[in-house]
This record gives sequence, C-alpha cells and structure tokens, in this order.
Amino acid sequence: MAPILVARHVTKRFGGLVAVNDLDFEIEEHAIASVIGPNGAGKTTFFNCITGFYVPEEGTITFEGKEIQGLRPDKITSMGIARTYQNIRLFAKMSAIENVMVGMHPRLSLHWWDAVVHTPAFVRQERRVLRRAWELLDYIGLADWANHQANSLPYGAQRRLEIARALASEPKLLLLDEPTAGMNPQETAEMIEFIRKLRDDWDLTILLIEHDMKVVMTISEKITVLDFGTKIAEGKPEDIQRNPRVIEAYLGRGAASGLPTAQAADSAA
Amino acid sequence: MQATTWRSTIKAGLLTGVIALYVALTGMVLSLSKRPVVDKLSLGHVVYMLVFVVMGYLTARRSSWRTTRPALVPVQGLVVGGIGAALLALLPVFGQQVDLSWIFVTTKPNLYKFLLFNQESMAVGVAYLVLTGAALGGIAALLPILPEVLHQGLLYGAGFTLLLGVLSDLAQRTVLKVVLKPLFAYKGLKPSGALILFVVLSVLFGLRHWWLQRQRERSTMEVILGERPAWARGVQQGLLLGFLLILPVWLLNKDAYLNSVVNLVNLYIIMGLGLNIVVGFAGLLDLGYVAFFAIGAYTVALMTSTGDLGHGYTFWQALPLAVILALVAGVVLGIPVLRMRGDYLAIVTLGFGEIIRILANSDWLKPFMGGALGVLDIPKPALGNLVLKEEYQLYYLILAGIFITWFIATRLYHSRVGRAWQALREDEDVAEAMGIHLVTTKLLAFGFGAAFSGLSGAIFAAKVGSVYPHTFNLIISINVLSLIIVGGIGSLPGVVVGALALVGLPELLREFSEYRMLFYGIALITMMLVKPEGFWPKKLNVYSRPQDDTGPATP
Repeated sequence: MAPILVARHVTKRFGGLVAVNDLDFEIEEHAIASVIGPNGAGKTTFFNCITGFYVPEEGTITFEGKEIQGLRPDKITSMGIARTYQNIRLFAKMSAIENVMVGMHPRLSLHWWDAVVHTPAFVRQERRVLRRAWELLDYIGLADWANHQANSLPYGAQRRLEIARALASEPKLLLLDEPTAGMNPQETAEMIEFIRKLRDDWDLTILLIEHDMKVVMTISEKITVLDFGTKIAEGKPEDIQRNPRVIEAYLGRGAASGLPTAQAADSAA
Repeated sequence: MQATTWRSTIKAGLLTGVIALYVALTGMVLSLSKRPVVDKLSLGHVVYMLVFVVMGYLTARRSSWRTTRPALVPVQGLVVGGIGAALLALLPVFGQQVDLSWIFVTTKPNLYKFLLFNQESMAVGVAYLVLTGAALGGIAALLPILPEVLHQGLLYGAGFTLLLGVLSDLAQRTVLKVVLKPLFAYKGLKPSGALILFVVLSVLFGLRHWWLQRQRERSTMEVILGERPAWARGVQQGLLLGFLLILPVWLLNKDAYLNSVVNLVNLYIIMGLGLNIVVGFAGLLDLGYVAFFAIGAYTVALMTSTGDLGHGYTFWQALPLAVILALVAGVVLGIPVLRMRGDYLAIVTLGFGEIIRILANSDWLKPFMGGALGVLDIPKPALGNLVLKEEYQLYYLILAGIFITWFIATRLYHSRVGRAWQALREDEDVAEAMGIHLVTTKLLAFGFGAAFSGLSGAIFAAKVGSVYPHTFNLIISINVLSLIIVGGIGSLPGVVVGALALVGLPELLREFSEYRMLFYGIALITMMLVKPEGFWPKKLNVYSRPQDDTGPATP
C-alpha cells in the first residue's frame, strides 16, 4: 500500500540544538506505527513539525502527495491530520460534548451571518453537529459525561475524550502522543484494544509516540527509533528489540554487549 | 495546627483593623454618614462595620475548623472583629491627643465622635466600638457553619435589606410604594421595617437556594440539567419584556434623574455585551475598548451636529456608519495584535484607546473634530415627526440596542464561531490544531466587540447632545471590564447585573462618586475572594440528544 505520510530529510533546530536531524520517515496507509526514543529524542518535535506547529528548517513532509511543511496548523488539520497531546489539553472549561463539537470545526462551512439569521442550512448543520457529537461520545462510551465540564472527567475519560475530539475532525492520519501515559496495566490493555478498534472502525492510519515498551511492541507494525533527533533504527518490533543500537540508546553503553550495569537497571525500570 | 490557626486569625484581625482604619481615613465614613439606612444607623456606620462583617465571614469560610471544630469558628470571627475594632479605636484615642490632621485631612473631632457613637466618655465609646466589632465578626462567622440553606438565605437577606435601606428614597417613591411604605421612615428603614424585611427576604432567598439545590441534585441523576419547560421560559421572558417596556411609562418619566441613570446603565450594558464577546467569549483582554465607543460617538456627532463642525445628516443615516467605522477600527486594531496574548495584548490595546482620545483632542484634527472644545449641538434622533428628546423616549432606543446586541451575541455564541471563540480562550495552540483559523476568529471577536461599542457610543452622542475628548478616557474601558468581571465573565445576564452594581449604584448614591474607584477596587477584590465566578456566572450549555428529525435539535 502507498505511504500516506512521507518525511524526507526533515531537520528542526532550536538555536544550536538540533531537535530533529535529517529524518526520513514514512507510514503506510492503514498502518499503526510508533516513534520511540529516550526523553528529548525529538519525538514530540517531529509531531509538531507534521501538524504545522513548527516549521522544519530543511526537508519536506508530504501528506497524500501534497507538501505540508510550513502550512498553518488549522490548514493541516482540515487536510486530515489530527492529534492528541502528551499532557491532556482539552478545552477545560467547556463541556465534553462541546469539546467534540469544536473538533468538528474544520468540517463545517457556514459563517457568522448564517448563525445570526438561523438560515435553514445553519439549523440543519447544527443538528448534524449535535447528532454527530452524540454519536462520537457514544462510541467512546462517554455519553453520560456529555454535559459535564471537561476537566471534571476522570483521567482515563479525558484521554478518550481527546481522541473523540480528534476523530471529530474526520482525520485520515491520527497522531497519538503517549496515549497510555499515567494509566494502570488494565487501562493500558484497554487502550491498546481501543487503538486497534479505532483504526479498523474509522479506516485510520495511526502514528504513536509511546514510552511503554509493552504497548509499543504489542501494537506497532513498524517502529522508528529516534535518539538525539536522529533515526537510529526502523523496523518490525522483533527486529527493534534485538537491535544493539536501540538497546544502547535505551539502556546505555555496555548493556548492548550483554553486561547489565546498575545504571542500566535503573533506566530500564 | 491549633497555634497556626490562631495565629492566622490574629493576622486576619490586624488586617481588618488596617482596612477599617483606611476606610475611616479616606473620609468615606463621615461623608456617607448623612444617609440613614436603618433608623440612626447610617451608611457611614454600615461601611466600616461591613469591614468587620466581611472579614469575619471570610475568616470563617477559610477556617480549617469549619468541619472539625465548628464551635470555635464564631470565636475566630469574634477575635477578628474585636481586634479590628480595637485597632480602629486607636484612631480616636490617639487622635484626641495628637493632631493628625496635617497628614490626614479627615481626622477631625467629629470623625472621632462618630466612631465612638457620640459617647461623652471615651472609655464607653471605645468599649462600644470593640464590642460591636467583635459581635459583628462573630455573627458573620456563624454563617458558614450553618446549614447551606440558612447560610445563603441570611446572607442574601441581610444584603438586600441593607440595599433597600440605602436606596430608601428610590424604594419608597417607586418600586412597591404601597407595600413597602409602612416599613420606611422619612429616610431609611424603620427598625421594625428592617427586621420584617430581613426575615421575609431571608426566608425567600433560603427557599430559592433550597429549590435550586434540589434541582441540581435531581439533574445530576437524570442528566437533564435544570432545563425549564418551554412555556415556563416563555412566560418568564414575556413578563420581563413587559416590565422593560412599561418601565418608562410607569416610573421613569416621573423622575428624569433616575431615567438618565437607567439609560446610562443600559448604554454600559450594550458596551458590556460587546466587550464580553472579546474578553468573555474569546479571552482576548482588551483595555482600549473606549476607543470604539469614541469612534461611534464622534461619527454621529460630526455627521449630525447642527453646529459649525456638523454635516447635517440625520441620526439614522449616521448610525450605520458609526457602527461600521467602529467595526473597521476593531478589525484594524486586531491585525497588529494577532500574535499577542494576555498582558501584551492588554498593553497594546490600552495604547490604542489613548491614541484615539489624544487624536480627538489634538490641534491637528481640531478643524475637523473640535479639539478639546468637542462637538456641540448634536440633535436628538427623530422618528418621522417624533423627536426622541426626552430621556424616557431615548430609553426605548437604547433598549432596542440591547435587544439587538443580546440577540446577536447569543446567536453567535451557539454557533461554530462561538465555539471557536471559547476554544481560543481555553487554549490558543490547541484551538489552532483543531482546525480553527486564528486570524478570522480573533478579528471577528474584535469586530463584533467594537461594533457594539460603536453602537453604544452613537446613541450616547445623541443622548448627551455634545461630545468631548476627555469623556472617552481609560476609566470607561476599566468600568466596562470591571462590570463584566463582577457580573461573571462570559455571562450575558452577568453584564446586566454588573452594570447595575457598578454603574447604577454609584450614580444613585451621589455621595459615593468621590470614592467610586475605591468602591470598584473593593468590589473586584471581594468578588475575587468570595465569588470569583461572578454574581451571575455563566452556566454550562446543556445539549440534549436530538430526537430524530421531529424538532430543531439546536439548544
């Protein structure tokens, strides 16, 4: 299958720091892939380059055959890329259902004058918005929380609501930034199932940043490993697990040669 | 644990004393003492006593003993009030030995006499004062440990009784003349009247709170949050509309002063509704809001004035242009500040407001705008042959303005644009990542806010008949912002409440005008401490599941 997103030679610098260095990356349509790497490896920066929040200094990012680097974030979202955040960033003082309704923004077309006059098209559209928002809340199992303020929801529910908000924009590519952060093993297992279901139900391509190795190894069809902004490995989970450079990046030098050290044990934990 | 609580109680008491001294030294206490509230108790008394009450109440609310050792909470209030009053008592005690009037002009013997309840002996006076302070603090501290229904009932009951006492002439002359008359003396309430009012109001507010609470409990179970049936809302809105329409005929045309106050409040409501879009909905802090008011006012002034500077158009020809010019100015100001947030935005907009005022005042534009002398001879608007020259006639014009702006604000709020504004307020970066175009969204907010302000300014010019640059100073922007905050940010009814409290009240209490800024400061600080969400906070919208295609699904 053709790749839906292709990054070529992407470089992003902050002053002297090279956060993403000459990165080549692609993801097949309908795949679930992960970007992993130690803290500060440039994973989130890469996400921000894809979503238009940062403009890479060099390189191109192509989504469905169109170059998107340098486009405004809202433009990129309307093209079909949506994301969630590592530390949940819902619209805290709006209700759960309103968060989802905001997510639909790029799929709505009418203007303020339609809203003031309540043109038939506007009434129809708002009805559609409402119905769709309820559907999405039903889908993620949060219908009971619809009219509650977003920041009053339980933690796990907030994570799912963020995903629902992203789904509302009808994306083709969904970027999930550490979707299982702060979850217990059971919640994590549920989230893994949920991500698979998401992909199948909505015909999505999903790209994850994840720290939890168990999640990454279970769910990913392809893993890309970053260290200091550079891609050090790429491949199927079982290859990555055996790759000496990855082990070195994660566990420190020495671990790769099969000599576990105290430091290695620490960082592994 | 215990020691720290006592220590903080004593600190609160000292703070109370400092505030009470401050209030006394500003001269507020004496100058307000000419307005009786209940019998011999004057507004001057009320003002400094309120310090003890509020501080006692706040201490109790924040007390860590509220749940663990409730019996000690009133004692805390007693201590706070007592210490505060004792500190205040130092003023007359020292003042009579040492002449302080070369620093504080208000420290005159009659202030001391007033503070000591006109007692001959100083010891008795001081004792009275300290006992009063302690008692008030203690009573106020009782409220938070009472059941919620009693707490809210008594709090609002006491508040509104005082308010009615303060506005006794207004209440007697007008509102429920027949019913209330026996409760009032010539000025202020009778003691018995005050008691009756207090009891009745407390019971009413208690019941209201109980009812609301029950409603809330029920709704969380059923997830239908307090939606009233359509007919009930219809009746309510009908009654309100009827009241607003007959208000001038019934009351205002008999009292030109009251009428002009109401009109001023209403003009502020229009401005508040506009700024509420910018600050409340979209979260963009705009301190130069008066600029658009000025643009609206000057447009009407220059186009319609019959004087040298005027161009002889009618009000109705000038009005649309005033609104459009203000809107354009709003958008033009919006463009350079698109990338700014929070305090930066506030400073730049503040500068813009000043620029407009200084331009109007400048010699450079004097041939066109009249400079400091302003524009005079602005005719009143006319409907055919009917010239709206009386205040009560203008009332309807302004009311129409409120209806239009209210309508537009509500419609926008419940639409794609309104949701985008809120998202922008909550988190600009995420809003953009959700596909919201920041430029159009922000400019729409600025544009609408400015247009409403321009409308208000246009009517203002016609109402007053002359405009001067110095009318449009920063204070107006601050007034509008304050009334939004006091009413409840983002809430439309809050704008009305805020305008009544911050514009209406000080106008009705003429003695207050000198302390208006102080009053604003106190109101804002108290608000932030006690009820940060405002007097009439914005409610979360409730969206019910659409029932197939039978009815409109929009809320």
